[in-house]
Amino acid sequence: MSPKTLMLGNEAVARGAYEAGAAVASAYPGTPSTEITENLAKYGEIFTEWAPNEKVALEVSLGASIGGARAICAMKHVGLNVAADPLFTASYTGVGGGLVICVADDQGMHSSQNEQDSRQYARASKILMLEPSDSAECKQFVKRAFALSEQFDTPALLRLCTRVSHSRGLVEMEEREKPAPKEYVKNPGKYVMMPAMARARRVAVEERTRALREFAETTELNVVEYYDRSIGIISAGIAYEYVKEALGEKASYLKLGVIYPLPARKIKEFFESVRVCYVMEELDPFIEEHCRALGLAVIGKDQFSAIGEYTAAQIRETVLGQPPDQTPAASEPLPARPPVMCAGCPHRGVFYALKQFPGLTVMGDIGCYTLAALPPLQMMDACVCMGASIGMAHGMEKAAESSGQLSGRERAAKTVAVLGDSTFIHSGITGLIDVVYNKGTSTVIILDNSITGMTGHQENPATGYTIKGEPTRQVDLQKLCEAAGVDRVTTVDPFDLDTLRKTIKEELAAAEPSVIIAKRPCALLKKVKREGPYRIDADKCLRCGSCLRIGCPAITKANALTTATAGALPAIDLTQCAGCGYCARVCKAGAIAGAMAPAVTRTGGGDPA
Amino acid sequence: MTNVLIAGVGGQGALFAGRVLGRAAIQAGCDVKISEVHGMSQRGGSVETVVRFDREKVHSPLIDKGGADFILALELLEAYRSIGYLKNGGWLIASTQRIDPMPVITGVASYPADIVEKLTKTGARVKALDALSLAIESGGAKMANVVLIGVLAGALAGDLAIAKEDWLTALRQAVPEKLLAMNLKAFELGHNWRENLGEIQTI
Ligand SMILES: Cc1ncc(C[n+]2csc(CCOP(=O)(O)OP(=O)(O)O)c2C)c(N)n1
Repeated sequence: MSPKTLMLGNEAVARGAYEAGAAVASAYPGTPSTEITENLAKYGEIFTEWAPNEKVALEVSLGASIGGARAICAMKHVGLNVAADPLFTASYTGVGGGLVICVADDQGMHSSQNEQDSRQYARASKILMLEPSDSAECKQFVKRAFALSEQFDTPALLRLCTRVSHSRGLVEMEEREKPAPKEYVKNPGKYVMMPAMARARRVAVEERTRALREFAETTELNVVEYYDRSIGIISAGIAYEYVKEALGEKASYLKLGVIYPLPARKIKEFFESVRVCYVMEELDPFIEEHCRALGLAVIGKDQFSAIGEYTAAQIRETVLGQPPDQTPAASEPLPARPPVMCAGCPHRGVFYALKQFPGLTVMGDIGCYTLAALPPLQMMDACVCMGASIGMAHGMEKAAESSGQLSGRERAAKTVAVLGDSTFIHSGITGLIDVVYNKGTSTVIILDNSITGMTGHQENPATGYTIKGEPTRQVDLQKLCEAAGVDRVTTVDPFDLDTLRKTIKEELAAAEPSVIIAKRPCALLKKVKREGPYRIDADKCLRCGSCLRIGCPAITKANALTTATAGALPAIDLTQCAGCGYCARVCKAGAIAGAMAPAVTRTGGGDPA
Repeated sequence: MTNVLIAGVGGQGALFAGRVLGRAAIQAGCDVKISEVHGMSQRGGSVETVVRFDREKVHSPLIDKGGADFILALELLEAYRSIGYLKNGGWLIASTQRIDPMPVITGVASYPADIVEKLTKTGARVKALDALSLAIESGGAKMANVVLIGVLAGALAGDLAIAKEDWLTALRQAVPEKLLAMNLKAFELGHNWRENLGEIQTI
């Protein structure tokens, strides 16, 4: 037996795909799914790529599958919205080589804009879905998913979530299988989904679902564990681990590994063998509604929330009536610690410049820059989904035009759309084409930090490198915007405050669409040279508070025990400062200087450092 | 079952500390689960990593309030925030480093004073050390996490103990060759600091 390794759930998914002989992987990053693809890229045998978005990723994977290879793609829950179009029809085409689609939900919204339940997609698209509950199962279930995909001629969804994807557990490694190579077989009846052919496939989907239902009744992926039968628990995924932790042998369990389709007889039989039966599942009452449709009076969302994550303590309290332990607590309300733009972040320059335009509306987007919505910058009016900023800015202009309160041009002169390089390529470009095509005059700012930042530094088509770090042809954002029909495209350094301010002013005033590319690499990139920390000269400092208003986490009041900002002496923290020098640029007194000078480290909760 | 919570600010290396601890526990023959924080909070927000290990199977990767045998806190305010997770009789080991959160920087909140005294007053067993200075002494401020791992290694005693070789193996696996010497030194400084814990081995 090979030794066990401590693996992230996502790493184990990648290992499973490797062992299953997967040959092609395509994905777009998204927390908590990103490390699946990053780990797939480490296997030389698997062609792995970052696609521009999830729709493309799924289409590449489907093409690879039709071409005969085992293929995998990965995305976060909202990514599946983007990939929903190919998903629903891939259900009809079925597969050539096995096709596994990993989708990671984010209960509790640790890193997401919503909390949707991907299991609904399995039911809606009639696609097999498996759900592992820890790293060992991640590996095992991916391998099963490939085999089942081929056996039943269906794509297979693998549902993950933050606590499975981002927990580590022990995984045993096995050898890579060598699935017999499959030839591509031309089969328009199966792969050309136009009405006549699709109608035939529609029937095949129903037949397949019946067969899968039968499979769900008997498969060992759905396990019954009998201990005390006074309490029965039907559960799946991470919720199973919480409930097992909470109740141990005080309850019996039906752990469902197959989420779609759900078995009927197996669930009924379990229900009848226990005194009271709970369904324990985070988010939607997906299994619960299935039970109710079978006429089973289970306990579910009437006692457990549909919002956020469960805890073992809460389960113990609700099911066993055991109150949680008394624990020590802070004797005062504690300041929150929201995430912030990093020290050195180039986005800071853009939002600080935008803040100089009173009454400006900023249609925002998704990425590190969304953090500009928080104090002290607070320069964002909306953030909905990737790429939405441009369309929303255009919609505002057209709303003003048709309501007649403000002319469309006046509205557009007070509105910008702001989005990152990766987001622009993902789905912002289509919005820009819409603006040009439909005679809008929006100003769009692309924050080009040469990386996909928020999800932890992935290459993208605008960076010039592939996921494996190989140089490749780079999308020229300037030319791309020009080709879409934007005549006013300017590239500016976001830390050059004067030029940036002037450019924004001109482009807002221009009665045609314009794009400002704010270009400076992410401060966390290895290629970015870091100067030593900056320091503040207390003698020169006017205590005006300007540097405290740029929202840099490395600059704080030397004595932060008081809330007063005015009149406070600022200080720069040695361990945090990235040496970008932006604070020195906004300091009117010239009191901030770079490098060499000894800076402070801060300890304790009292004295000024 | 041993439960360790590592609390800190995104970017301080709580994840890395958790992985070293997890690897050491595997070396010692335990089942291990670690829950990590990736994504948004890594951008300077509060982060909590949980490491659980046992000779039996470990189920949940998370712990409840009152579930931690040890809390290692890389920052004082985060130590204060995490106190509710400490088990009756558990130990909180806090680095005295202070990083002001944005509400303090912008002046809408103030950084609590005298955190160590207040924590002690809750009745919890608390020890504070200047892990940042020890890290700088070993070659870099980034290694405060490894200093705390060193303290924990010294503190886990009796049933909970993990042999020193297992810790060193874990560090060698986790740290790139060229940074290894510095990290081993940080670990040693933390391990030696353990003497200040006095009666801790009675846990
Ligand atoms: C449809 C969808 N896919 C993926 C994500 C996850 N996600 C959030 S921000 C982001 C990348 C942002 O990169 P970029 O636009 O370059 O901005 P940066 O973070 O670098 O500032 C991704 C992939 C998402 N929220 N929605």
